[in-house]
Amino acid sequence: MSRETRKVVVIPCSGIGKVYGALARETVYELMERVRPGVVVTTCLPLLMIDDPEALQLITGNPVITIDGCPSGCAHKNVETHGIKVALTCQAINFYKAHKELKPGGIAELDENGRKLAAVAADELAHTVDELAQGEVEK
Amino acid sequence: MITLNVLKVGKVGIVSCSGEAIPEGTLSRLACRKVLDELRPDQTVTICLPLFIAGGTEERNFARDFPTITVDGCEKQCARKSTEKLSGKPGKSLLIPEILSRHGIAKPVNLRNLRPEEKATAQVVAEEIARAVDEILKK
Ligand code: SF4
Ligand code: SF4
Repeated sequence: MSRETRKVVVIPCSGIGKVYGALARETVYELMERVRPGVVVTTCLPLLMIDDPEALQLITGNPVITIDGCPSGCAHKNVETHGIKVALTCQAINFYKAHKELKPGGIAELDENGRKLAAVAADELAHTVDELAQGEVEK
Repeated sequence: MITLNVLKVGKVGIVSCSGEAIPEGTLSRLACRKVLDELRPDQTVTICLPLFIAGGTEERNFARDFPTITVDGCEKQCARKSTEKLSGKPGKSLLIPEILSRHGIAKPVNLRNLRPEEKATAQVVAEEIARAVDEILKK
């Protein structure tokens, strides 16, 4: 056994009608593209609904973080439906509660506050991502 | 049955695949929101797709309560398949790559922060969805 960096799968909830769904998605893009490129990966959540084998393999073989846009908790419930325990589940509204100066707006596309809040949230999740990425991997 | 529903509620349900991991999924979401917010706001309703798993009976009845158009970002057709499996048969199923190829438009490349030409593409797709809404309501 040796320690090496694993992929960490971060899945937003797919919200189409709520600002916090958009915030969840933008936070994942910030993680993937700016904060931990090459480590954080994602998948389309609806692929889990159709039991897509590649998507299932991805969430089975790697630690998973979910970010939900509302208490319905679609992202973590869809992952757990497949018998997989998520390493961390977040609700996007809590990013705002921790940073009340950045009230997000916009649904299809986030406004400037929303984009800033997503960047802050992604920075704050980086530590958890790093811990999960340092898992033990069979060699 | 669809006709009865239309008479009863006069609305069409739009279900976008959400596609977080693929630019065409982003296009699907944006185009659907355009229809919901700008092109046919009084004739359309939507639901977050993963609620078919995470929600209750009311959510799962969506495609029985409304004649539904599914819009998918790629051949995996998560929205069509999930809606069929978990809610009810869609009235119409649209596929972004088919719409793009009919209009001779290049595939989008960005997951977020769409370029002006990609936003123009979202408008073209939205107009196709709006036409499909009109067709269903005319039946
Ligand atoms: S968690 Fe809420 S916002 Fe996100 S997909 Fe589900 S219903 Fe929509
Ligand atoms: S249809 Fe394609 S783009 Fe849409 S959610 Fe499924 S895999 Fe993603």
